[in-house]
Amino acid sequence: MKYITQTLYILLFTLLGELLQAVIPLPVPSAVYGIVLLFLSLSIGLIKEEQISDTAHFFIALIPLLFVAPVAKILQYWDVVAPKLVAICVITLVSTLLIFAVSGLVTKWCQKGKGGKDNG
Amino acid sequence: MADFLTALPLFSLALTVCAFQVGAWLQKKTGSALFNPILVGGVLVIGVLLLTGIDPEVYDKGTQGISWLLTPATVCLALPLYQHVKVLKKDLPAILTGIFAGSVAGLVCIFFMCRLFSLNHELTVSLLPKSITTAIGTALSAQNGGNTTLTSVVIIITGVFGNLVGTAFSKVLKLNDPVSQGVAFGTSSHLGGTSKATELHPVTGAVSTLSLVVAGILVAVLFPIACQFL
Repeated sequence: MKYITQTLYILLFTLLGELLQAVIPLPVPSAVYGIVLLFLSLSIGLIKEEQISDTAHFFIALIPLLFVAPVAKILQYWDVVAPKLVAICVITLVSTLLIFAVSGLVTKWCQKGKGGKDNG
Repeated sequence: MADFLTALPLFSLALTVCAFQVGAWLQKKTGSALFNPILVGGVLVIGVLLLTGIDPEVYDKGTQGISWLLTPATVCLALPLYQHVKVLKKDLPAILTGIFAGSVAGLVCIFFMCRLFSLNHELTVSLLPKSITTAIGTALSAQNGGNTTLTSVVIIITGVFGNLVGTAFSKVLKLNDPVSQGVAFGTSSHLGGTSKATELHPVTGAVSTLSLVVAGILVAVLFPIACQFL
């Protein structure tokens, strides 16, 4: 029963997100609206952690599994990808590493800078 | 008989879960990040489809029985975000600066690499939003004359790649605190990276979730500016 009630709450927030996406003319996905709504509701105490946590953790653990089918779907798109395969792969992999490095290192440096100020 | 079985959505689901579990088992046995369950699972499914001649579209239709879970599962990421909001508040300026720097560097890098490979306008627009979540990325691509199919493919490759190499690459860069690691995962490889970040540390997962949301919105704002240079 606990899991069913928790699933219901999570689905309600997802549906509200879908609704906002349909109403607001911005290219923001429903999941982002859902995250914001659920976050705000937790913050103001409209919903408590225990009311969703077990099912939420199960759903989060399922995310990697949900990526398997999209990977296999690349097979269907092969005709589109194949002609420029090398360029597409090189650009995708190099830029991902660059973004990873720049965003991570800049965050680290900013934290250090702030820590230094605190000490002085 | 075989056609009857493979046409069942249950067959697609069982194949997906089995392929994923083989990957998870291999990773546990070998301890190697290379045996990533998503990557191994995806490759195994492709292998099975090619060997048996099952129509990929039939398989894909069958997986819709679970693919709808992606949106509610993503919404659930609000919970770790809420639980660790105190850590985030303290580091918020650093986090936002990191996301901004990474997103801008990414757009510039993709832009110049597309020039280097002399890719046309359509391909460049399709590749530019590759590090953000599918729903925003494909919308940006479509609005600016890109190929949404190609955009969703590169977004998937990005997510799997971030999930695959993120942990090892953090060690190389000496990113050892959960906050900067989370920013790196979420900004570079959206939900695919965030899923790995959640496994590493709850704070890493929370920061990664915040980064994937902020990076998605930020790239949506920066995209029209980037397109002016095309």
